Amino acid sequence: MKYVSAFVCGWLFALGLGMAGMTRPSKIIGFLDVAGSWDPTLLIVMAGAVGVASSLFPWVLKREQPVLEARFQVPEKRAIDARLLTGAALFGIGWGLSGYCPGPALVSLISFKAPIWTFVMWMVVGLGLRPKSD
Amino acid sequence: MWTKLLITGAYALWFLGESTQASRLPFHDLFGFGMSLQSVLTALGGGILIGLSATIFLLLNGRIAGISNIVAGLWRPERGDIWWRLCFILGLMAGGSTLAIFHPDAFGEIPSHSFGVLSLAGFLVGYGARTANGCTSGHGVCGLSRRSLRSLMATGTFILTGIATVYLVNHVFLQPR
Repeated sequence: MKYVSAFVCGWLFALGLGMAGMTRPSKIIGFLDVAGSWDPTLLIVMAGAVGVASSLFPWVLKREQPVLEARFQVPEKRAIDARLLTGAALFGIGWGLSGYCPGPALVSLISFKAPIWTFVMWMVVGLGLRPKSD
Repeated sequence: MWTKLLITGAYALWFLGESTQASRLPFHDLFGFGMSLQSVLTALGGGILIGLSATIFLLLNGRIAGISNIVAGLWRPERGDIWWRLCFILGLMAGGSTLAIFHPDAFGEIPSHSFGVLSLAGFLVGYGARTANGCTSGHGVCGLSRRSLRSLMATGTFILTGIATVYLVNHVFLQPR
């Protein structure tokens, strides 16, 4: 069951990204292009997603445990350190260059175009280079 | 029951968006940013779906729907920690196939950089997300929803460097995109 739910959540997530236009790099680059013709779509998407999740997360986390697993695995780390900020800074450069972040990139693999496969291949390499911080 | 409600809701939003596109009411530029009512509604609806997916995933599987960490966990697999990751990624791709069939306009062109630049961009996205322990989904959606200051700082940082990068590419080097 937990595998089915993971699959369905991934599916729903992808539909949301596609419907919101987040699988179109021009939307992302348009949002980041504050000196050009700024496109606020991403802001509206974030408002929808964070609006729903932030109102429902507290209700979910009141439970003793999740429905299908023994315990919640939510990040506990609080520190704002150099690793967080340098990582986010590098991420932003790649995001601005391509207009893709990991979710939309994986969803777009289905278009079977060489550039997106190149991008994802290098993204997966980059994801594997460092151990998880804790 | 919930899934039916969800699908109906998404459809209703979508339909409303599509129908306003054809109308002659001044819906084509709501806020002066060239956004039609349709694009505002589909953006909001898509965001709501993303938020629902993250909430359902937390409720059922007890985990954060952060794409970069879901993928990165496959590099150092632990027992019983592989299949849910693969299932989530397969779900994303299945969602991609669904979109390709019913809404092929959802996919856009990747900027026409050379393969070298695209490879660098992909590498930076992966390496940066792993280093920061999250990306747009983990920090941007889930982290902000948990009111994590860490995630707020990460999100602010990658939006700022993203803006700087796009500024350099579009307005200094003027590369075609």
